[in-house]
Amino acid sequence: MNGFDWSSWLTVIFAGALMLVIRASFIVLPPDAKIPAWLLDSLKYVAAAVLPALAVPDILFRDVPAGEMFNVYRIVAASVAGAYAFKTRDIFGTMALGMVVLWLLKWWSPL
Amino acid sequence: MDTTRSAFLAGMRDQAPGILGNIPFGLITGAAASAAGIDPWLALGMSLILFTGAGQLAAISLMAQHAPPGIVVLTVVIVSLRLMMYSAAMAPYFRHTPPARKWLFSYLLTDHAFALITTRFDKHQPPPHIDAYYFGASSTMWWVWQAGVTVGLFAGAQVPATWSLDFAIPLVFLSLLMPAMRTHSHWAAAIVAALAASFCVSLPLKLGLILASVAGVVAGLLAERLRNAGSEGAS
Repeated sequence: MNGFDWSSWLTVIFAGALMLVIRASFIVLPPDAKIPAWLLDSLKYVAAAVLPALAVPDILFRDVPAGEMFNVYRIVAASVAGAYAFKTRDIFGTMALGMVVLWLLKWWSPL
Repeated sequence: MDTTRSAFLAGMRDQAPGILGNIPFGLITGAAASAAGIDPWLALGMSLILFTGAGQLAAISLMAQHAPPGIVVLTVVIVSLRLMMYSAAMAPYFRHTPPARKWLFSYLLTDHAFALITTRFDKHQPPPHIDAYYFGASSTMWWVWQAGVTVGLFAGAQVPATWSLDFAIPLVFLSLLMPAMRTHSHWAAAIVAALAASFCVSLPLKLGLILASVAGVVAGLLAERLRNAGSEGAS
């Protein structure tokens, strides 16, 4: 590239300003402010929708072996880790368990 | 937790599992930026300005595809909208926090800090040193994250691809997701979003992510409405 990449920096700064507004929204609002009910209702489901939308395609379709449709090892490892996360809510343990299961499956290669 | 100092240290200690779990996430975020050919200064600036793993990864992959700025900003916003829900949940804890500090605390708000505070403390009776506790947890998360991204930018590309370290990213998202799955409506939102994202995965510019997120939220709202209608009919 030639010269300073203004457009990328401005994009990041603009996105950062919006992110700060999102994060600060309710924290800086006065406690008696009226918030529309539909907004609170929809926000309830944002994490439940966005996180799987980010994670699931990455689990299914990354490093897919030639001739296969899905990455079966990743599906197994993520299912084990997901079940563990659901039971314990232990972030570090979930990640360690998922990685170890994936490594074992790759090393053992049953498929 | 009777002094500011002990509250700060308690926050640090209680957030440690989340901070440790985030280290590979930070390394991979840095490595993803260098693999995508993003200028390292821009990648570092992005990390300092956005301070959000999911948003940074989305922005990196879109900028690498030379996506229009509007799409980059929209995707970062969609991926980060869940933080607005966290902001609503955190507001009662910071009722007595000075305004300038509220902005700083907002900037430092993460999935992990939200989960820590809301599961440990009663929002009607937050402990007296909640500000120091939160700052201990979130500022430590901040610098460890920035260090992880920086190391990842310069060294992450050296990790052999056979380690599949990128798999840590969906694992972090899964561990953040599970505490949110409180009702059947949340499961409906998650399943519809996961299916939609998987079917739309070949759409350009991560448009599938935006579509799937909207579809998931609508599914959650519909499921809630159906359930309420059902229980009214039954009673």
